[in-house]
Amino acid sequence: MKKVIEGSHAVSEAVRLARVKVLSAYPITPQTHIVESLSEYCADGSMDARFMCVESEHSAMASVIGAASGGVRTFTASSSHGLALMHELLHWASGARLPIVMAEVNRALGPGWNLWMDQTDSLAQRDTGWIQLYCEDGQEVLDTTIQAYRLAEMVNLPVMVVLDAFFLSHTYEPVNVPDQEQVDRFLPSYVPRIQLDTANPCALNQMAPPPVYMEMRHSTQMAMEQVPRLFKQVEDEFFSIFGRAYGPVETVLCEDAEIVMILTGTAASTCRQVISDLRSKGEKVGLLKLKMFRPFPTELIRKILEPIQKVAVVDRNFSFGASGIFAQEIRAALCNYPEHPPVFGYITGLGGRDVTPEILEDIYWRTRNNATPKAESQWVGLDQEIVES
Amino acid sequence: MMQLNIPDRDYLNSGHVGCPGCGATIAMKLALRVLGEKTVVVIPACCWSIIAGNYPQSALKVPILHTAFATTAAAASGVRAALDMKGDTETTVVGWAGDGGTFDIGFQALSGAVERQEDFIYVCYDNEAYMNTGVQRSSSTPYGTRTTTTPGTEWKKTRKKNIVEALAAHRISYTATASIAFPDDMMRKFKKAMEMKGGPRFIHVFASCPTGWGVASELSIKIARLAVQTNMFPLYEVEDGVKYTLNYKGNRSIDEYLKMQSRFKHLTEEDIQTIQEMVNEDWQLLLRKIGP
Repeated sequence: MKKVIEGSHAVSEAVRLARVKVLSAYPITPQTHIVESLSEYCADGSMDARFMCVESEHSAMASVIGAASGGVRTFTASSSHGLALMHELLHWASGARLPIVMAEVNRALGPGWNLWMDQTDSLAQRDTGWIQLYCEDGQEVLDTTIQAYRLAEMVNLPVMVVLDAFFLSHTYEPVNVPDQEQVDRFLPSYVPRIQLDTANPCALNQMAPPPVYMEMRHSTQMAMEQVPRLFKQVEDEFFSIFGRAYGPVETVLCEDAEIVMILTGTAASTCRQVISDLRSKGEKVGLLKLKMFRPFPTELIRKILEPIQKVAVVDRNFSFGASGIFAQEIRAALCNYPEHPPVFGYITGLGGRDVTPEILEDIYWRTRNNATPKAESQWVGLDQEIVES
Repeated sequence: MMQLNIPDRDYLNSGHVGCPGCGATIAMKLALRVLGEKTVVVIPACCWSIIAGNYPQSALKVPILHTAFATTAAAASGVRAALDMKGDTETTVVGWAGDGGTFDIGFQALSGAVERQEDFIYVCYDNEAYMNTGVQRSSSTPYGTRTTTTPGTEWKKTRKKNIVEALAAHRISYTATASIAFPDDMMRKFKKAMEMKGGPRFIHVFASCPTGWGVASELSIKIARLAVQTNMFPLYEVEDGVKYTLNYKGNRSIDEYLKMQSRFKHLTEEDIQTIQEMVNEDWQLLLRKIGP
């Protein structure tokens, strides 16, 4: 059934449809609408689940780790400082190989306090062993959240479903909310691989000295390496029931493109229009929308970008002392190809600054008009008066 | 044990890696005798994360969830929620943490879980410092103690935090102190806690540490007994945060207790007198709460 709902509520609807049993969360803007509606579903009985109102994000992740170890489907949501506070437990969740799903609303970190869109919070968690999937609109958020459970439970790794603060979390759009019966068909009841069981007592997450620790981490990587194949399987099954699929990356007009722009989240939507406008002026430009960040779809990206003349990566995030994080990853994916295109890195949209079509066009022309990048990152849209003050 | 009707069955295997005379190991052995096989134990970073054994072995015959340092009460809440959602209300969930994991880094999660009325037993086995990392002071370390982070003349000059009173202030349905030197009393308290389902229960176990305290391992029980007999560690229970019951009245001087342990050997007679006065003051405060 088509409903006009917020991006946040697309997450909540998906979590309800996934028949999650234990939820735990701590409030932080702009994630609150997700957990408020889930609390209502638990209160009105439309969800048969326990909602835990814990006293911190650290405890939110710790309690879903406890619940997932107890063998039930779990959910939490966070953002920015909350995600940063969870950091230790993000490692714990993936190391324990628990299929926890979390919605993460991208928001800037302070100081100064800033509630708005910025990807540095989730990207700073890239080495924690979580699958990360970035979404562009409300429908993709709902679909990805449902798929995330299927994927997580197949591979025994946690999944972070990432959406833009406000541009997506607080924007109302028509979203096709599927029937429970269809979702049940796609997502069967959770059968844990291992769980706390008094009939079969085991010690979970115990001391792992040097002779075994490396093998444990290697096995996590082996699981990560299964993800591209399993994600395709999940998407194929999802498509056969719901008629929608997204892919780890999506390409728009890349086949004959000379320049490809790489974006994530809602900025990719803006770029679709920019690409179309530039094409109508005869410019050979394409868009690569990056959805899956971990595991990084290296092979796929190499194949797409190999014949391209120039690549422009738009990062709404930054690694201080280095460059935009997506640009780093794209460079790393290409560097072992002797004939790879130059990667132009652009920083824009930090802390909720609008990424307008004009900014994206400016980025296109800067890439078009220079043979090589002037620097690892070019900051676009800075107010020079403030910079020089 | 007969009068408590507790089966004489152990859920702690030999081969655990506790130090000789470890009070925390004795406490686990006694607790599990009462709690039995329908128990899940949640253990954060602490001595017990070592004692329970390395992968792929386990010293316990019940399931263990090892969890991050600050998270005992939160992880135990999650385990409880999962069991409840699966319809298992019989199994007891036990958080089992040291003093550092309870008084310090895990205190926020504990306070939150108790306020939420999470249905579990939380046990703090208190050896009065970060023993697993090599005897650093915690907020449970008593006045007068030398540790590796309160060395020389900079021995600890602040009081031990009173965790039972902090829990009582949460109006927790049941909290009690217990000592490995009083096993019948301790097991009775575990039985009582186990039977009071539906909310949080907190047991503060005095767990002597021969390694960290500088006493011979064969004196572990004796030192734990002296702590009670000198009123350094009174045995009492609090129901609903207000109803106090005293289990033992000590009358020995603190002198004997302190002089047996090298962690206190630097103290002058004057320092010992100061500690005696603190103990007396705390004892009088407790007696006032217990009432006539």
